[in-house]
Amino acid sequence: MDDVAVLANHDTGHDTGHGHSTSTGLSNNKMAMWLFLGSECLLFGGLISTYMLYRGRITQGPRPSQIFDIPFTSVSSFVLLMSSLTMVLAVTSAQRKDNERTKLWLTITALLGATFVGGQVYEFTAFYNEGLGFTTNLFSSSFYTLTGFHGVHVTIGVIMLLSLRGVISANKDTGDRAEVVELIGLYWHFVDIVWIIIFTLVYLIPA
Amino acid sequence: MAIIERPAPTASILLRAPVTPSQSMGIVRRPVTSTGWKSWVFTVDHKKIGIMYGVFAMFFFIVGGVEALLIRLQLATPDGKILSADLYNQMFTMHATTMIFLFAMPMAAAFANYFLPLQLGARDVAFPRLNALGLWLLVAGGLILNASWFLGGAADGGWFMYSPNSGPVFSPSNGVDFWTLGVQIAGFGSLIGSINLIVTILNMRAPGMTLMKMPVFCWMILVVQFLLVFSLPVITVALVLLTFQRSFGATFFDVAQGADPLLWQHLFWIFGHPEVYVLILPAFGIISEVLPTFSRKPLFGYPFVVFSGASIGLVGFGVWSHHMFATGLGPISVAAFSIATMAIAIPTGVKIFNWTLTMWGGKIWYSTAMKFAIGLIVLFTIGGLSGVTHAVAPSDTQQTDTYYIVAHFHYVLFGGMVFGLFSGFYYWWPKVFGKMLNEKLGGWNFWLMVIGMNMTFGPMHILGLQGQPRRMYVWTEARAGEGLFNFGFWNRVSSLGSLILAIGVLLFLINVVHTTRKGKPAPLDPWDARTLEWITTSPPKEHNFDRIPVVHHLDDFFHRKYQEDATTGTMVQIATGEQLVRDEEANADAHIHLPSPSYWPIAIAIGVGTLGMGVVYGVPIMIVGVLIILGSSFGFVLEPSVADDIDYDPPMSGGQETKELAPLG
Repeated sequence: MDDVAVLANHDTGHDTGHGHSTSTGLSNNKMAMWLFLGSECLLFGGLISTYMLYRGRITQGPRPSQIFDIPFTSVSSFVLLMSSLTMVLAVTSAQRKDNERTKLWLTITALLGATFVGGQVYEFTAFYNEGLGFTTNLFSSSFYTLTGFHGVHVTIGVIMLLSLRGVISANKDTGDRAEVVELIGLYWHFVDIVWIIIFTLVYLIPA
Repeated sequence: MAIIERPAPTASILLRAPVTPSQSMGIVRRPVTSTGWKSWVFTVDHKKIGIMYGVFAMFFFIVGGVEALLIRLQLATPDGKILSADLYNQMFTMHATTMIFLFAMPMAAAFANYFLPLQLGARDVAFPRLNALGLWLLVAGGLILNASWFLGGAADGGWFMYSPNSGPVFSPSNGVDFWTLGVQIAGFGSLIGSINLIVTILNMRAPGMTLMKMPVFCWMILVVQFLLVFSLPVITVALVLLTFQRSFGATFFDVAQGADPLLWQHLFWIFGHPEVYVLILPAFGIISEVLPTFSRKPLFGYPFVVFSGASIGLVGFGVWSHHMFATGLGPISVAAFSIATMAIAIPTGVKIFNWTLTMWGGKIWYSTAMKFAIGLIVLFTIGGLSGVTHAVAPSDTQQTDTYYIVAHFHYVLFGGMVFGLFSGFYYWWPKVFGKMLNEKLGGWNFWLMVIGMNMTFGPMHILGLQGQPRRMYVWTEARAGEGLFNFGFWNRVSSLGSLILAIGVLLFLINVVHTTRKGKPAPLDPWDARTLEWITTSPPKEHNFDRIPVVHHLDDFFHRKYQEDATTGTMVQIATGEQLVRDEEANADAHIHLPSPSYWPIAIAIGVGTLGMGVVYGVPIMIVGVLIILGSSFGFVLEPSVADDIDYDPPMSGGQETKELAPLG
């Protein structure tokens, strides 16, 4: 939820800076978002390290090679990566002050993100049915925790995108609209980049 | 830009109550009261938030102190009966947790919140509502941590909570659950606060204040916030793994499944060691302000102090495994971490030299603040030297888990950090509350704390080298040893010392009460200070500065008071602090914009606290928590930042920049 909070505060930067430029020239909001993403790198760093430590420790239950459906996950990964493209289109539309297109691209980005999350839910259900529960072994606990954390990040991103779309429709947004879209874009791209790493380490490199 | 107030032309005219016109989510009016509890609970003013951080931290300093006294009371006699073994475990766990997460970090946050904007020449922090959110999350975390005492017993695994000892098998009570959730929530608050403060320092400096004209205190806080931003997520991961293990049956620390107990230790200390610098660097910053002021000399080698602080922070990320020398990491890791740890002594030593040389040749004024600062230099150096003995891995293997370690970190944390914070109390009290703390009581306060601290923690060196284990809850006369190295003798000395220390701290509290009741009003510039926080009234007005100062020098306030005489080369006073403050008041800005109070920070914190309790007490409570968080996050986001047109007087019409609100009433 802090993601929402960080984004939300684009207003207060104006409050105290009262219109003057900042000491560095970077906007407060953008700097805060970059710092937050820097912190997130360490969060995923810790989760990925845990997974890498435990990926081969399987005392019971199915092995990843028996249950991973690489083509399926590749397609959902492709969907997620394409959402970065639509996010960029949303940002440029917002910068050109084209509200209709901004809303359109935000919606498409959110739909692509939701598709990815849906794919993850489907995948988790399938794995569970094949005998890989959260508590089965060290691999399963760390796999579900890592990919689950990523999934929650995407979900929060989808909520932010749809909320932003609603806010723009209602014309209720405060502060610099193009910057808000860009900030959510930064978060969205970060989540995508993390997925590239997770997809490679978890699915593509055999345990 | 919701509050716009008209500054009063002179200090004698009270400021009008700030006007808050904007509404939240189109339904609720924002909280506008400027008196009473609402003005504190919903405030976004960095000064009020700073004071609340301070009160919170002081309360938990007393709580943690009482826990420490109980520990010392238990060890004062052979076969102590005060605490059971189980309660003793809970006591030392909660003593450390409370002192670190609920006293030291919040107290540093109190100083940072209050003084950063003032020293930088800003009217508030970059994100005032996030600032409030950080505070309330800390309060939620502190309440959850301590609620465990009343809900089946506190955590008992030590503040490092090593697994698998902290797992459900060895710690069956809910104590560890409350501990992980409390620390997690307080950590979120800390993370939000650190992002906020970094942006504030980098972006909101007064015109002319380059980074190298910034007070050292601001520099040290900047380094600390970077440490927090990059170390807190790692403890977050560790805490999440432990919570999932305990609450949802995950296997992370289940050795039967082949889990690696060192995973927790690595994750914990990657956070835990930077945390050590998070605790000490603010104190270094405080005394880097105090020493020059009371030596009437600029800080010796300002860039060296700044960059050694930064390099302590940087190298501090690469030394965590020295906490794990006894775990069998292998000779290469041990050697690398051992050398890195010794390397940290270099920038730290640079600082000690700089502080000493700042005093060298100065006209030293032995105020209480200065005494505490000198106390820090001496006691921290002792702790630093015993720290170097830990860096030597073979010697550390002997010392691991003995009282020698306890002696070391209490010298650096109590002798270092706490003395720095007390120095800050005496130095800045007149600024915050407009009254001078009593210097005579301050002297007693200082000397009792010095004697008490050395009596308490000094003997622990001997006890540790004699082999008394760190978490031993009882000792017996029969096995206490002979003569000078008798366990019993030194344990008694230590317990007696802790009483003296407690009386010293009590004198501070008495001093606070005495000052609040009968204290003299403080002059505007009681210490002939050097930095910008003194160029405004004490306590500062809600908008901090009547006019945003333009900075030309390091120690700008000093250079406005003194100028170098070209012929003699000495500094000659050209103005008093009082004159400068009056001058600012006479030239006040016409329009001052302050952020508006808000309901949402505390609402989100309540939601997060509810979610945390839900992890222990079931999914329905979790859902309630998530709903509160979601709802109040939307409130937070949708709160208008700009006053409505109708709130302006005269009503706003496009393009005009300076408007004022209709007066309240």
